[in-house]
Formats: sequence, structure tokens, C-alpha cells
Amino acid sequence: MVTMEDYPDIETEWCPGCGNFGILKAIRKALVSVGKAPHEVLIVSGIGQAGKLPHYMKCNTFNGLHGRTLPLATGSKAANHDLTVLTVGGDGDTYGEGGNHLIHAIRRNPNITAIVHDNQIYGLTKGQASPTSELGMKTKVQTHGVVNTPLSPLSLAVSLDCSFVARGYAGNIEHLAGILEEAIKHRGFALVDILQPCVTFNKLNTFKWYAERVYRLDEEGYVPDDRIKAFERSLEWGDRIPIGIFYKKEKPTFEDGFGTLGEGTLISRPKDQTLVEELIDSFM
Amino acid sequence: MVTKGKLEMEKMVVVEGSYAVAHAVKVCRPNVISAYPITPQTHIVEGLSQFIADGEIQNCEYINVESEFSALSALVGSSAVGARCYSATTSQGLELMHEVLFNVSGMRMPIVMTVVNRAVSAPINIWNDHQDAISQRDTGWIQLYAEDLQEAADMTAQAFKIAEDEEVLMPVMVCMDGFILSHVYEPVVLLEQELTDEYLPTYKPLNILDPKKPMSFGTLADPNYYTEFRYLQQKAMENALKKIEDAANEFYDMFGRYYGGLTDKYQTGDADIILVAMGSIVGTIKDTIDKLRQKGVKVGLLKVRSFRPFPAEAIKEAIKDAKVVAVLDKNISLGLNEGALFTEIKSCLYNTENRVPVVGYMIGHGGRDIRMSTIENIISEAQEVMESGIRKESQFTDVREEIL
Repeated sequence: MVTMEDYPDIETEWCPGCGNFGILKAIRKALVSVGKAPHEVLIVSGIGQAGKLPHYMKCNTFNGLHGRTLPLATGSKAANHDLTVLTVGGDGDTYGEGGNHLIHAIRRNPNITAIVHDNQIYGLTKGQASPTSELGMKTKVQTHGVVNTPLSPLSLAVSLDCSFVARGYAGNIEHLAGILEEAIKHRGFALVDILQPCVTFNKLNTFKWYAERVYRLDEEGYVPDDRIKAFERSLEWGDRIPIGIFYKKEKPTFEDGFGTLGEGTLISRPKDQTLVEELIDSFM
Repeated sequence: MVTKGKLEMEKMVVVEGSYAVAHAVKVCRPNVISAYPITPQTHIVEGLSQFIADGEIQNCEYINVESEFSALSALVGSSAVGARCYSATTSQGLELMHEVLFNVSGMRMPIVMTVVNRAVSAPINIWNDHQDAISQRDTGWIQLYAEDLQEAADMTAQAFKIAEDEEVLMPVMVCMDGFILSHVYEPVVLLEQELTDEYLPTYKPLNILDPKKPMSFGTLADPNYYTEFRYLQQKAMENALKKIEDAANEFYDMFGRYYGGLTDKYQTGDADIILVAMGSIVGTIKDTIDKLRQKGVKVGLLKVRSFRPFPAEAIKEAIKDAKVVAVLDKNISLGLNEGALFTEIKSCLYNTENRVPVVGYMIGHGGRDIRMSTIENIISEAQEVMESGIRKESQFTDVREEIL
């Protein structure tokens, strides 16, 4: 049986009080709940404070280039779909530099859980606006305040009919762990956007700010099976901010599209080149 | 650095290298700046954002983007309509720009970009070497390397002048070593606005997108025409050889500071051993030379400021009387086991009478500290080469055998 001891604490280099600690804990809890042992799990990250998370997990990890977590994870999943594949990235990594990849990952629907540490700021480069920073937020680069409309990741995902769309809050670890558990169990691409206070660089969206606003969708009897209702909820951002599972839909995965994967993973097949050689010979 | 008269100490202020460069960009009066934060370049763009916020750069927009690819692409659009454009990046950011770098140079856009040199991933490393810029060698950008903070700032104004010259019209990278120059505080003279205005006149673009005189940028050139585009880019690079010298000389006349043109020489007059290098390592080498000269070692330095265009003639002339040449590269061409500068210096000597032995050292990868003792070892090995010939043509420096 998999227990929390299988995912031990490792010394981190995040600021004391960072929202990332809650996310790290929730990921461990979720993996234990679904009974996945470290050797069955692959966590892929990019660059940023979130990108450091795999360094603090005892399992298979891959630290890739900035913004490129999703193509990389898709490649790993295609070659070995027995792996439970999670990606972690920040709002800059997933919605900025890797924004294009997100759109197409949703379209492909690989069985991957994409976890986004959305702190609405660039932490690693020390405090510039990200794609989700609020209008007017002042930083050392956005000296007059942010003028670009913030991205609504959940609206984007729902509009693309993403097969699993959820939002968690780093300040509610139990609830977040529950969402992540569902996301990992879900067959298909799961986007979990996590409200993550950055105690050092984001002085607007603090733990207090979120605590006063977040509410749980499940406590209002919300059922995540309607795309239009999900879209409506995804637009809600202000005095009340919903957290929970917004939308869930069963549909064919990327792996289902390749019948050959039903016969086992690509990496476990014998490498028989006879047929290829025969094919090549037929052209000679 | 050579100064005209005494260095004006009263004008000097102690600032961070990134600030000195941001200030230099400011007085060059750019119209559009676009960049994406990445260590160790971030302080430059934060400095520029502050200048814009304080109203100190008139008629200038800073475009915030989602990646380096977008940053340089945005400048392609701005440059096409006639704006003076600036960006700054490093390492992964520069590598991500690769496709756009060719685009900028192919469309002959005089964009200036500071490259705060940093190692390239994987493994992730945020410290200095030259692999990022060297890997962009063939993209058609002029590449200049600065030795210290003052030169990095002064070179920025020179870069705009060279880039915008109608006989050149090529983009310029001003390369400065990450952290070693970008994050160090040193006394520098900040470029004076009035002098800079005189040195660098308002940009008058030759070809721009203008409804009154419609034209196209970036269109297809089929096999009948493509060669000529490349040929003209090469001609522009050749023209730049003189323009880089001119820009340095004019800068000296006006500001009183000089660091060499394409190259600079230090104690090479009677030198048997000549070291060749680029960037901040030059300071360490000069100190080592001073020390060894006191012991009677005839050693000198050739500093290469311009890596592209490659100053073959200036290098050949500078090393013509040397008995051995040792080239220090903060990069490696994997599979060749040589640094780029070493390869090219050997290559430019091949069809000449000069049979001087040339040896290469790959050094300082990923920020590995380069000490005077290391330079002394290289010089001592160069002495052996002079006496008994080459044993190792090119090698890694300071490899930690114990962890391999």
C-alpha cells in the first residue's frame, strides 16, 4: 500500500509561507489516495518557481524548458501510457510561454493532469506581471500597472471542451487534494488551475484576499456536467471566486486514437524490423 | 580602456552594470523596447521600464509580451515601420529567438539587443559563459563583446550607430557577461544625452512600410534571387568591419574613451606569447600579464571585440610576430572539441605564410570561476609549446576529474 512515507519531505528553496507548500502537500496526498507508487508516476515541469516542484518529489521527474511541459509530457505518455503523468508549471510557464501548447494539449486530450501554480506573478524573475496578473497591478516592469486583459484559464479550457476543468486553492489543502485525486483518476486531459498566493511578490492576491473570496462549488450543489454553466462559473471573478470541479466530460483520449497502444506500451514492444526491411526492399 | 586626457572622476557614479546599459539605451532614444524577463537580464528591462515610467524616455513604448519569441517578433513589426528598436535577453531566451534572429537580419533591420551571456540548458545553469551567443553565430547579427561595465554601456551607442549605417543595416548584439558584468557595481561615466545626440543622430530608416510608398517585407525569394540576398548580407558584414572601427574612433573623439575597434591589443608589441579572448575574462588576463611581465615573461593579449564580422585581417596583423598563440573560449563546439574563436583563428591563418602554433582552451563553462592561477598555467603551457611544439591542440580547462 502506498503511504505518505513513500513521498517524503525534501528540503525546498521556496520562500517561507509560499502557496507552493500547500500544492506540494496536496499532490502527495492525491497520489497516495489513488495508490500510485513513486515509480509509477512521472512529474514534468518547466521553468519558474513551480518548475522546481519535481526536485522536491520522490518519483520520476523531468525538468524541461520554459513553457514546454505539455508537449514533453504528451511524448512520454505516447511512448509509455502506463505512466501516471502529471505536469506542473506556473501561470507564466503554462499560460504565457507555453500558452500555445495548452490549447493543442486540450484538443489532443492525452491522459495527463496539468497542475498550474497560478500566483498571478513571475516569481523566479522576482516580480513581473504574468498572463493572469490583474489589470492595474504595478510591478517593476509594469510601472504604470498591467494594461493587458488577464487570461481566464478556466474559460479558455471550457470553451475548448477540455475534458476536465477545475480550480483549487493552495490555502485549502484537503479540498485541493480531492480535486487532484479526481483529476488523476479522470481519463483525459485535466487542467487544474490553483490559486497560489505569492507572499513575496504579489501583494494584491494574498492568502487573506483569497480567504475572503473563495467558495466551494460542491457546497452549492453544483454539478460539473454542463458546459454552458461551467463557462458562466468560469467568468465569476471578484467578490466571490469559485473553486472545485467546473466541468467534466468523457471523451476519447489521445491514446485511444492510436489503436496500436491497446496492445501495450510502445517501449515494451519487441523491436522487430523485419517488416520495415521488407517494406523498404519492396521499393528497391 | 584608453582615455583622452584624464578620466573625468567627478562624472563617475557607482552603478550596477545593468543600470549602466539601461541608461545607455535611454540616451540612444529608442522608440520601441520589447523584452521578456529572464535571469540575469531582468535588471536591464526593469531599469528601462522605470525610465519610461518616470517620463525620461520620450516617444517610446515598452511592449510586454509572453515570450522572447514574441519580444523580437514585435520589434520586427516596429522596425518595419521605421522605429529604433531595442531588446535584451540571454541564454534560453536567445535560443528561443533563433528563428526570428534570421528574420531580422534577412530583412536588414538595425535592431540592437543586449545579450547578457549565460550558459545554455540542459543542465539548467544561470551563470556565465558564451555558448548562447556563439550558437547564434551564423544568424547574420553583428556580435560585439564588452570587457567591462563602461564598455558595455558605451558599446550600446556604438551598436546603434553601426547597425543604422546605410552601408550596414544589420542587427547588432552587444554581449556582456552575465552577473560578472550585469550585476556588478563599478564606477562608470553615464553617457551624456547631449553628446549622445550628437554622436547618434536621429534614425532615418531607408525602407519602411508607409502607405504613401507601399512596399513588402519578408516576401518569398525563389532560387533565382535568394543567393543575392545572402551575398548582400555578407557584403554588409564586410562593410561593418570599417564601420565598427569608425564608430569606436568617433566615440573616442567625442566621449574620450576607447577600447579598440574590431580588436584591442595589450602588451603585444614584443610578445612571444599572445593570448586571445573576448568579454570580461580580458580583465583577468591583463592582470596576469602585468604580474608575469614583472618576471620577464613576454606575454600579451589580443582582445576580440567583434566576433561577427570576424576581423581576420586585424587578427593576422596582431599575431604576426608571436611565437605561440593561445585562444581562450567560453564555449565549445561539441564534437569538434574546440571553441569557436580558436577554430576561426586557426582557419584564417591556414593559407598564409604564418605558421605560428595556435592552441585552444575551453574555459569558464556555466560560470566556473577563472582565476589568475589558471591563466598562468595556460601561459606556462604556451611556453612549453613554444619550446617543444604542440602536445594538445585544444582542451578543456579545470575539469574536475574526481567527479567524472
